[in-house]
Amino acid sequence: MKMLRLTAASLCVASWLVFPAAAGAQGTVLRTVPHSNLAVLDPIWTTAYMSRNHGYMIYDTLFGTDEKGQIKPQMVEEWSVSPDKRLWTFKLRKGLEFHDGKPVTSEDVVPSIARWAKRDTLGQVLDGFIERMDAPAPDTFRLFLKEPCGFVLEALGKPSSNVPFIMPKRIAETDAFKQIEEHIGSGPYVFKRDEFKPGALAVYLKNAKYVPRKEPPSGTTGGKRVFIDRIEWVLALRDAQTQVIALQKGEIDMIERVPFEQIVPLRAEKSIDLVIKDPIGFQYIGRFNHLHPPFNNPKVRLAAIAAFWDQEAFLKAQIGVKDLYKTCASMFTCGTTYATTAGSEIQSKSNMRKAQTLLKESGYDGTPVVILKPTDIATINKLPDVGAQLLRQAGFKVDVQAMDWQTMVGRRAKKDAPDKGGWNLFFTAVVAPDTWNPIANFGLSGACDKAWFGWACDEKLEQLRAKFARSTDEAEKKKLASELQARGFEIGTHMPVGEYVAPSAVRKGVKGLVVGPGDFYWNIRKEN
Amino acid sequence: MLATIPVLAIVAVLVFLMLRLTPGDPAAILAGDAANTEQIAKIREGLGLDRPLIVQFGIWARDIVSGDLGESFYFKMKVTALIGQRLEATLSLATLTILFAVSTAVPLGVLAAWRFGGWFDRMLMGFSVMGFSIPVFVLAYILIWVVSLKLGWLPVQGYKPISEGFWPFLRHLILPSITLAVIYVALIARVTRASVLEALGEDYIRTARAKGLPESRVLIRHALANAAIPIVTVIGIGIGLLIGGVVVTESVYAIPGLGRLTVDAVLARDFPTIQGVILFFSVVYVVVNLLVDLSYVFFDPRIRY
Repeated sequence: MKMLRLTAASLCVASWLVFPAAAGAQGTVLRTVPHSNLAVLDPIWTTAYMSRNHGYMIYDTLFGTDEKGQIKPQMVEEWSVSPDKRLWTFKLRKGLEFHDGKPVTSEDVVPSIARWAKRDTLGQVLDGFIERMDAPAPDTFRLFLKEPCGFVLEALGKPSSNVPFIMPKRIAETDAFKQIEEHIGSGPYVFKRDEFKPGALAVYLKNAKYVPRKEPPSGTTGGKRVFIDRIEWVLALRDAQTQVIALQKGEIDMIERVPFEQIVPLRAEKSIDLVIKDPIGFQYIGRFNHLHPPFNNPKVRLAAIAAFWDQEAFLKAQIGVKDLYKTCASMFTCGTTYATTAGSEIQSKSNMRKAQTLLKESGYDGTPVVILKPTDIATINKLPDVGAQLLRQAGFKVDVQAMDWQTMVGRRAKKDAPDKGGWNLFFTAVVAPDTWNPIANFGLSGACDKAWFGWACDEKLEQLRAKFARSTDEAEKKKLASELQARGFEIGTHMPVGEYVAPSAVRKGVKGLVVGPGDFYWNIRKEN
Repeated sequence: MLATIPVLAIVAVLVFLMLRLTPGDPAAILAGDAANTEQIAKIREGLGLDRPLIVQFGIWARDIVSGDLGESFYFKMKVTALIGQRLEATLSLATLTILFAVSTAVPLGVLAAWRFGGWFDRMLMGFSVMGFSIPVFVLAYILIWVVSLKLGWLPVQGYKPISEGFWPFLRHLILPSITLAVIYVALIARVTRASVLEALGEDYIRTARAKGLPESRVLIRHALANAAIPIVTVIGIGIGLLIGGVVVTESVYAIPGLGRLTVDAVLARDFPTIQGVILFFSVVYVVVNLLVDLSYVFFDPRIRY
């Protein structure tokens, strides 16, 4: 008997030693390394792309943007516009339900739009048009506008930060400048708050009650069908080299963004596929600070834009893999509706001699240009060096200041003079939806203090943006977008320095990745 | 023991001031890329960063006295909860590292002293130089490539809590512990060798050998016991240094511990978390040193406090 007890006890200890306690049936699990850390769980409170991606996991949207940039209904079944274009009526589709089991009604939609409109740039513009909103029936809501507005659907279906996600009324009524505490949506996945370890792991479970649309998935539209039971965002795995080895070994299934230097070796790896989920991709821009010398002088800005004519130099240095980048002199992402070459001759057809002449004519006094260089962001850290060299060739004095990205983020928000902790020029990468139309394109704002960092101040730009916002005629909108870009180049708001796509790496059995401007996890299947 | 209070107070003031003098704005980081100046200002106000420095310090100091390390700007969680979440991983890594380092380095150091000038001694000294010289991340990549990728013996990355089984827990920590331990093996082995070598020249060793005691007893009971104080001291210092080492090791092996939390907090300029973690590390360091001091009484009964 004693022997039996001893054996049983030994077996218990041995099983604890060998088998994981939590080895329960979890169904299909997809482990992925997101492109960054997830910190803020409120996608309306911040514009961080990771918070946006978290939002797409658990919330749904009224409209969405497909892979071709077209707006299509998502939670909305049908809608109509009054002849005077001032009353918009929307009807929700059937079967929408929040993760807590309560139905989605128009009572939830109205405060969700109201909260988003207080934070989002496009939302704020739309808010200026809205006279009031109401919910005459549980499945119907209405927008009453003060005057016709040309981008109602574009705003409600915008794919990138801030996305107008629909939340339950009690959550949506949270002050727009306070973060929400509950994370309940009606989207394809349910957030496992109890398993969330900031900086380590975020877990999402399949929302079995989600009713997808019938259409095939495309961008943020169509049927969001879920074939994975559990998605794990491995937030702790931040080291690029370890990520790749873990993928090769099958410990993870996907890396959202592969560092460019890993592309060539990974292409030779048989167990891994490189997938371009977002073929429109990103635009590189250089942004001037319009407040301080030398770039408070438009002629100096034009000289710099002319010096940056060689986009290939930027792209070759930063990305290096020829098929992942392209030159594009449009301020609206190439390949999208409003892309144009209007006014871009200064950059696309200029050369260094032109830049030198322009600089001489501008009366530039040799004030050094302070360029911010974020050393820790592998997708943009070489752009400042190329920019500095081109500026030197044009006759500028340049001071490249190296720092980490977060220091740069703090510093570019400062309006102080460059020698007192401010700046003159920085480079960044912007996702296509943030540049593809005149209102979303924050670089083209001329709203002075309210404009994006650099604080461009131009009445004509603002007039053109306002006209664009009011226009409901597509031909006129295109014309206005061209005029706006021409004005942007004329006064030198910023300059595009090329575009690129960022491949994801997946294990061979991972299929069905949705194409669109973001990282979406519906429709993904894991085959053995 | 009372001396720890001013030490911690000085650490608290220095950390608070240094963070405020470091460039970087937590509000701008939280706001995201597309935010404008107005939105950032609102967030700054919400975090209380627009208040005078002295007011911010007063609030923080008051909370600390009541045992509250504040709330993380970045993760929106209590700093004590964040530390609690990460403590097991770091504690496990540190404990395994120290166990591995001590159990390897002390015998090696004693053997090298015993065979002073011989091939084993020279090899150990050569290894020590190598151990000091190889950066932790280089060693980590080599181990991952050989042991995990080529041989497939151990996982590349990650951490399993002990509640999920001892073997999964251990196999995820073997490579990180070895990576982190190498430098401590080098350090402790050298100090052990030097201390034991000194002890072996003492009269009581000659007496012990003259009495006909076996060499192993002479080495362990007489030489090593008398050489213990410098060894224990260096182990104590090693635990302090380990705090720096876990930052890199946890990053490479994706271990969600306090080291990785510190990196995240620094990158995000998450003031409350950085302050809390550094204060916590300071307490650990002070306690370890206190324990080392107290252990002297055990190794040398002549010492009294």
